[in-house]
Amino acid sequence: MINKDTPASKMTIGGNIYEAGNALEFKTGDWRSIKPIYLSEKCTQCGLCFPVCPEDAIPVNKEGKREDFNFDYCKGCGVCAKVCPFKAIEMVDEGE
Amino acid sequence: MAYNLKEVMANKPSRLTAGHRMCAGCGAPPVARMILRALKPEDHAVISNATGCMEVSTFMYPYTAWTDSFIHTAFENAASTCSGVEAAYKSMKRQGKLPQDQTTKFITFGGDGGTYDIGLQSLSGAMERGHDMVYVCYDNGAYMNTGIQRSSATPKFADTTTSPAGSVIPGKMQSRKDLTEVMASHHLPYVAQTIAYMNFKDLYEKAEKAIYTEGPCFLNVLSPCPRGWGYPTDMLMEINKLAVETCYWPLYEVENGKYKITYKPAKKLPIEEFLRPQKRFKHMFKPGNEWMLEEFQKEVDKRWEALLALEEMSNKE
Amino acid sequence: MGIRERLSGNEAVATAMKQINPDVVAAFPITPSTEIPQYFSTFVSNGTVDTEFVAVESEHSAMSACIGAEAAGGRAMTATSANGLSYMWEMIYIASSLRLPIVMSLVNRAVSGPLNIHNDHSDAMGVRDSGWIMLFSENNQEAYDNLVMAHRIAENKDVLLPLMVCQDGFITSHSIENIELIEDDKVKEFVGKYNPEHYLLNAKEPIAIGPLDVQHYLFEHKYQQAEAMRNAKKVILEVAKDFEKMTGRKYSFFEEYKMEDAEIAVVCMNSTAGTTKTVVDDLRNKGVKAGMVKVRVFRPFPAEEIALVLGNLKAVAIMDKSDSLNAAGGALFEDVVSSMYVAKKQVPAVSYVYGIGGRDTTSKDIEEVYTNLQEIAKTGNIDNPYRYVGLRK
Repeated sequence: MINKDTPASKMTIGGNIYEAGNALEFKTGDWRSIKPIYLSEKCTQCGLCFPVCPEDAIPVNKEGKREDFNFDYCKGCGVCAKVCPFKAIEMVDEGE
Repeated sequence: MAYNLKEVMANKPSRLTAGHRMCAGCGAPPVARMILRALKPEDHAVISNATGCMEVSTFMYPYTAWTDSFIHTAFENAASTCSGVEAAYKSMKRQGKLPQDQTTKFITFGGDGGTYDIGLQSLSGAMERGHDMVYVCYDNGAYMNTGIQRSSATPKFADTTTSPAGSVIPGKMQSRKDLTEVMASHHLPYVAQTIAYMNFKDLYEKAEKAIYTEGPCFLNVLSPCPRGWGYPTDMLMEINKLAVETCYWPLYEVENGKYKITYKPAKKLPIEEFLRPQKRFKHMFKPGNEWMLEEFQKEVDKRWEALLALEEMSNKE
Repeated sequence: MGIRERLSGNEAVATAMKQINPDVVAAFPITPSTEIPQYFSTFVSNGTVDTEFVAVESEHSAMSACIGAEAAGGRAMTATSANGLSYMWEMIYIASSLRLPIVMSLVNRAVSGPLNIHNDHSDAMGVRDSGWIMLFSENNQEAYDNLVMAHRIAENKDVLLPLMVCQDGFITSHSIENIELIEDDKVKEFVGKYNPEHYLLNAKEPIAIGPLDVQHYLFEHKYQQAEAMRNAKKVILEVAKDFEKMTGRKYSFFEEYKMEDAEIAVVCMNSTAGTTKTVVDDLRNKGVKAGMVKVRVFRPFPAEEIALVLGNLKAVAIMDKSDSLNAAGGALFEDVVSSMYVAKKQVPAVSYVYGIGGRDTTSKDIEEVYTNLQEIAKTGNIDNPYRYVGLRK
């Protein structure tokens, strides 16, 4: 992987990147100060929170059901918790 | 096929990955991701992006959050850059230089700065030339990337860093440009205004129509910015809702000249509902500034009535 | 053998473009290069080429569309002049930094203002540090030949830089001269197929082009461009050698005219070389050991080579058809004298600014330059190294 120590001779020309979607290697989870807790017992799988996550951190499986948050990327914005009509997402301080 | 959110989310891959560096709660990534989900999974896409928040935070060397081919060149020319890619596709396909079974779609993203303002000429040119592409404006109503300066998409009275609400001049003194109407005047096969609302049905369906309608198509998507608008990050979907329910941001489409309002609020909410949660309009709620609210309401009403009239007129036999 | 024709410089360029048959041409009209997209769109309309012609709404979009098309995996070409190039300026840098071998025909004209549509080199000089390979052409034949060689240079794996072929507006672009064209199939074979390693339209390998390149990376990316420009020198000579095999016409970094035993010389570019050659001939007849160097490859600049050729002169005048307005001398002058300084060649040198805004440069003007050079050669005195010729002071 190219990083700030890579010599010019090993860098791609023009700043091109040939591995589409490699931003997955860049974790943004440490941006969080508050974090969502997924309360699966309250979740009705209504789907309202599925598309709202700016970070793509709400995995939806092949059965169309959501799973727990991907904390590698969740930035703790709280949009998901706010749209949930069933209080199945609770925002808590990151340390908790 | 009727829109089914769960099926879309389960079966259509995300084409804008995590690991990008947009602000927490940014309205743009859910919009871009849902638009790209409207692509057939087997189709390849080339994304062209104007300089702006979205570009600098999704493709910071050496990381790209796009799973399709992507090009960014500058601020004002995302449309013309895309038109060059599309022209090469047409030419190379015709000459047999690309696999005959390859389908590539062309989608451009630009903010309101790159679209309403500095990129308007390039957009107008590309649309007029008829390239088979979709231009998507994610309109957050100011130059957010450079630190919240006013644009021609900024609503009247908004407090921005170049239209600060001062003791003499109370924020931006001009009403916003109606770019969707400007694009409709290009007589394109498909022009639509949309937002991420409810289960994203309106957004998805318009994106799908725009992508799979041959020729130049334009989508204008309101995309709130918690920093620039001054509301708590978790309020994104609430703000979207209020934009629609107050008729500040009407959802409609213009297909071959025929207007169709795709959502009409059962009861239009007063514009204060949309303005109040946003710090950029805070000064409008000070005693003595009621005239600003009235004026804003009048402008919203005028534009909504005009749209209703256009719908009626364009559908007359 | 080639095909004998009579063509203007613009016709010659359009003919080369037809033979190259690029995938995309995106251009916007501007005098004096307008005829190029005009002729070319006729080829498109008549199905003579496979090209997609994009009739853009501005030069900024012309270069943007060329960048898009080249990045897509196609060959893209354009033509412009003066303010058109100025309007492209932002994209000129982006084209080279994205390492896209776009080829452009630049028909040199004065950059405004005030508005003037005639020839000088202020447009080209404005982009001399932009990372484009810049070839200059004395006449229609050279404009044509340079364009035929262009893609082989630009697309070379060790280069991958955009390239512009310059010729003088009106003076060569609009005057009809004899020309020897190369047969279509020979050009096609010489130029070859474009096979980029990575490109946007390769659905099997989606790529991302044009990142935000922060302080950890931009320096190295610029160094790569500089390396590519250094590599271009070798490639330019290799391509010239192959071109000579095909046509018998010889090209190098610059043309030396009667330089073997020259004591004084003029360095210039483009059509002025034609006038200068006749003056050199006259002077030679009078026993004056005069010579001339016509720079063909301005970027990359052949610093060592030019210092070697000029190093033993008694005096040299470097002629710039644009003023750098830097209170020190023209752009070509600065490149030439710094090349000589680095090579430890101390030759008395003067900068002559001439021909601005299409001012005719006659053989009398050039004679004046040589007369002054003879004086400098004799005395070694240069009271003013920053001079003008053909100007009403």
